Amino acid sequence: MTVLRTPGGLSLRFRPRALLVGVACALLAAGLGVLAVAGGDYPMSPADVLRTLTGGGTPAETFIIHELRLPRLVTALLVGAALGLAGAVFQALVRNPLGSPDLLGFTQGASTGALVVVVLGGSSLALSGAAVASGLATGLLVYALTWRNGVHGYRLVLVGIGVTAILTGVNGYLLTRAPLMDAARAVLWLTGSLDGRGWSEALPLLGVLGVLAPLVLLGCGPALRMLEMGDDTAAALGVPVRGLRLVLLGAAVLLVAFAAAAAGPVSFVALTAPHLARRLTRSPGPNLLPAMCVGATLLVGADLLAQRAFAEQQLPAGAVTGAIGGAYLVWLLAMERRAGRL
Amino acid sequence: MQAGSPRLSGTDMTLAYDRRTIAEGLSVAVPDRSFTVVIGPNACGKSTLLRALSRMLKPAAGAVLLDGEDIHRRPARQVARTLGLLPQSSIAPDGISVAELVARGRYPHQGLLRQWSREDERVVEESMAATGVADLADRAVDELSGGQRQRVWIAMALAQQTPLLLLDEPTTYLDIAHQIEILDLCARLHEEQGRTLVAVLHDLNHAARYATHLIAMRDGRVVAAGEPGQVVTADLVAEVFGLPCRVIEDPESGTPLVVPAARRRAGRLAPEPA
Repeated sequence: MTVLRTPGGLSLRFRPRALLVGVACALLAAGLGVLAVAGGDYPMSPADVLRTLTGGGTPAETFIIHELRLPRLVTALLVGAALGLAGAVFQALVRNPLGSPDLLGFTQGASTGALVVVVLGGSSLALSGAAVASGLATGLLVYALTWRNGVHGYRLVLVGIGVTAILTGVNGYLLTRAPLMDAARAVLWLTGSLDGRGWSEALPLLGVLGVLAPLVLLGCGPALRMLEMGDDTAAALGVPVRGLRLVLLGAAVLLVAFAAAAAGPVSFVALTAPHLARRLTRSPGPNLLPAMCVGATLLVGADLLAQRAFAEQQLPAGAVTGAIGGAYLVWLLAMERRAGRL
Repeated sequence: MQAGSPRLSGTDMTLAYDRRTIAEGLSVAVPDRSFTVVIGPNACGKSTLLRALSRMLKPAAGAVLLDGEDIHRRPARQVARTLGLLPQSSIAPDGISVAELVARGRYPHQGLLRQWSREDERVVEESMAATGVADLADRAVDELSGGQRQRVWIAMALAQQTPLLLLDEPTTYLDIAHQIEILDLCARLHEEQGRTLVAVLHDLNHAARYATHLIAMRDGRVVAAGEPGQVVTADLVAEVFGLPCRVIEDPESGTPLVVPAARRRAGRLAPEPA
């Protein structure tokens, strides 16, 4: 812990290691970003990229950078950040390392709305809107089913698992009802992909993250750290536990819903990023900001891998995060088992 | 505020979880600067009473007054600067150090731009010194023994710097030596720092020895309240716990000592003389 104090009585406390993790992630994300923007079917040198970004590129270069590659990169950063932050919030709220939107039903909820639009036929704007709406509706449903003098962690997990099972069934049914072409499109969407994402996907998420990230990080972060010690202990320290849970649950559901609307339900980022952040910072607590940075870096890296790993064929980013995340989860369980915690 | 009325009291409270009523028409007063101990059989409502007094449970009827004001109408953070609670179970975050955990007790005094003042630092050091955990400051809480851990939690509650401190069964799960250690610590905090303590205890003899004010409960009612010397009688123990006993004088402290009646006299268990 390092403390900065000013003569006026201001004092700021931070962990140098957590700050370092944040900065390292940002640098790594920037490096991966340059690779992502420079490479591809029309390779450019980093100098060309820089020149184009500052307004000196040819019309073709300007189009490729500003309309194709940059929005895709920004969407990846934002979706990763939103999922990392939401995952850290969920894990802290349910006090369970497996608490993630994928397991609590929110991801499936967002998918249901999107699939309905696919079956009925609709624009990609309608699809995004439906994903957000049904993600929020799932949040409300889980909240209503869980509420009993406040939302407690254990009940939230159980209700979430139940809702996940139901929605998985609904989603499977919807897929069987879709015409073949639409079903193929739906499956691609369900995997989570950043292919062809433009500013229309990035900007709504930017707005949501711009409002919710400060609210969660600055407004709720310190209180959430107290909640780690149990509801009673947090309440005794003056944390308004019920209100805090409601606000955080709402914020995390919104983040997940908008992230799904932008890139589809990219799996495992929300689960993996907070764990990785905690391991890197080696500090207790929800590690909200590091989790957000790690999430953004992870998804940019996964998307880069998805684009370049197989020369001929592009993978959806969700396939990469799923493979990496699954492997990580198995490793985590093995480690926990060895440590005697599972 | 009326002169003479205690800082913390509950009047005519109905306490209930969902639809299960624990107590009706319950009134208690915590004398200022007392070490008040609440006793009673299991499920008599003593922990529920503590939850109500600490703003965790809102009474269905009646009110808890803190400094003459309804505790539920005051902001949580403001109450947390006056009244602290050590719940029965708290979770130490994975890998947290003693100093970091104790520092969390400063939460109600901190803000976005005032995250760690010199005052915070001083209070945390004092709290660790008062509870004898200063030497453990950099150790991980999960590595400590049960007694050490409980002292760390008490240090955290002390760092909150509240004139009133409520403890819910602070000695449960500890062996006898650590129980006495924790109770001695509480007595010291009460005497030296002038804090008002309210504790729920299971052991009647501990209660009688350490309390300056005793509240005996049964079935959600207060059966008796007052100085242990006057409250703890064989009749009361029979009424509250349904336990036949004798009350003698504690040879160490002069306070009442409850000796449960024996089912058989020791002599009868001894082997017959040959």
